[in-house]
Amino acid sequence: MIERVCVIGAGTIGSLLAGHLASVCEVSVLTRRDEHAAKLRDHGLRISGKHDLVAAVFATADAAELPDFDIGIFACKALDLDTSAARLAGRASAATMMTVQNGLGAEDVLARHGSWPIISAVTFMSGIRHGDAHVEYELDTATWMGPWAQTATPYATVEELAALMVSGGLAAEPMADLLPAQWSKLIFNSAINTVAAMTELPHVSLFAREDDFGDLGRLVHGLVDEGVAVATAAGVSLHEDPWEMNELAVARGESAHSDYAHRPSMLEDVLAHSPTEVEFITGALVREAARVGVAVPLSTAMYRLVRAREASWSLGRAPAAVVS
Amino acid sequence: MRVCVVGCGAVGSLFAAHLATLDDVEVWAYDVVEEHVAAINAHGLRLTGRAELLAVVKASTDPGAIPPCDFGIVATKSMFTAAAIAATAHAFSDGAVCSVQNGVGNEELIAEHVPRVIRGTTFPAGRVTAPGVVQMDVAGDTWIGPFEERPASSEEVAALADAMTRGGMPAKALADARGAQWTKLIFNAASNPLGALTGLTQGRLCELPATRALISGLVAEGVAVASALGITLDSDPEALIDHSARVAYDHRASMLQDAQAHRRTEVDALNGGIARFGARHGVPTPLNDAMVALISGMERSWELEA
Repeated sequence: MIERVCVIGAGTIGSLLAGHLASVCEVSVLTRRDEHAAKLRDHGLRISGKHDLVAAVFATADAAELPDFDIGIFACKALDLDTSAARLAGRASAATMMTVQNGLGAEDVLARHGSWPIISAVTFMSGIRHGDAHVEYELDTATWMGPWAQTATPYATVEELAALMVSGGLAAEPMADLLPAQWSKLIFNSAINTVAAMTELPHVSLFAREDDFGDLGRLVHGLVDEGVAVATAAGVSLHEDPWEMNELAVARGESAHSDYAHRPSMLEDVLAHSPTEVEFITGALVREAARVGVAVPLSTAMYRLVRAREASWSLGRAPAAVVS
Repeated sequence: MRVCVVGCGAVGSLFAAHLATLDDVEVWAYDVVEEHVAAINAHGLRLTGRAELLAVVKASTDPGAIPPCDFGIVATKSMFTAAAIAATAHAFSDGAVCSVQNGVGNEELIAEHVPRVIRGTTFPAGRVTAPGVVQMDVAGDTWIGPFEERPASSEEVAALADAMTRGGMPAKALADARGAQWTKLIFNAASNPLGALTGLTQGRLCELPATRALISGLVAEGVAVASALGITLDSDPEALIDHSARVAYDHRASMLQDAQAHRRTEVDALNGGIARFGARHGVPTPLNDAMVALISGMERSWELEA
């Protein structure tokens, strides 16, 4: 029986999980910064947007202070997973852990730090972080979760956690085999995130338009086709067609009267000059393509462009622009 | 000889001012920027940097004011070619018009309006630093030749090259100027969009393995299209890239400058040109197509911010 959940990493996704789950079970949160934990303890965790609530959570930046828990959810960015997992090494030996990172390989990173049963998950929900103790629930789309095949995680545990998330107000769907869903999201993410990062466009309807030469949808479709070819060669039959996911997402995110649309996380990272998750997403796809012998020139180009953009921040700008 | 420069920005001003130093050439300039035109008429057209001179040029924002000319030199950004030549075509009804613009496809647009066309490629570059004042940053050669579909005569091509050269802008008259044009096109299309997308200078683009590999991929597509068109390049674009990394290490490609200033870029005439000619001859150009999509998407993002 799941009574206590610990969320490791209280960014946007971690906060949405913690805030909702706190209405149906005991929730503890492990943060990186002391002041972040203090704010959560003092003010509670506010969720606005799709839902409106303030959740009481136990928060600390010191893993030794964490109470026991049945489920640990690693909700940090892929780049921080190794460091976060190390903080839990040797602890919570009876717990089951869940990863929700973008891309591929999070389970392997986590497994290096403990012998916990692992649940794989991909999430499509999104939010906007307004502060340490306030997150806006933007897209209330599902989290898909399944037992990681390399640890004999009981499917019943996955079903129970999914049911708990649903009763807390989140959308969650258990799956006996998550790989088809994980790959659907990987392919979708790789195309949408890299194109958004390079064009600095949020996920607007242009991403699905392919009427004329130069239309962005043609590039997105080309990237998706490459990803599907890699999945097929790797023996994965996809849960959803990533191109249809793209069409659905832009239809949902944008109305005829507004160009408002979701900003993919890689675009946020590029605008903030933070390292992106491209290595775990498009980098993972390109490496898998090489392993199964599929050519992915467009994905390779996007991967190189994002890496080069990251490199430009540390190399610094050239002499000042003459802007007329 | 009477010449009108159509589009008297940086490159147009370099030609206008140098030609105006010749006693036997009368130079007119058509441009849409009022302050620039007014300054040229009031104080002359001044060049600084690699050339120091003050030239008498008759400038106008009114195409109707331009008298019949022997030659036109079109130097607008490529997205303004059609409008600029449509407005000024009357002055060239018995003349020859030469493009010195970036990319490919400009001569075809010009040929819709005037009887005789010259294909041109130029390397000199500069920037407008104040109304009526242009700094010449880069000196270099110009290659011109008859445009195959509506050719100017070889005598006209030779006369224009001679005037440019005597004026201080060295130009070579060629029977086939496509090789020079495609060499520069492939060079620009391989480096310009990458600069705009990554923010890296020319030198960094060439030395980072990731971007160098992209450059080579883009060059290979352009070379394949040129080859399908039966064009012999006049030098290896890869060698030009290496050369540019040495002589222009800190140079920000013009498309990067455009991107930073949120000005519409010339991607349609560069990568779009390679892609269009490729499509016509059955040569796939997926990387050039991707550059058009990404740069066009980036341009769209500026409208969303506005």
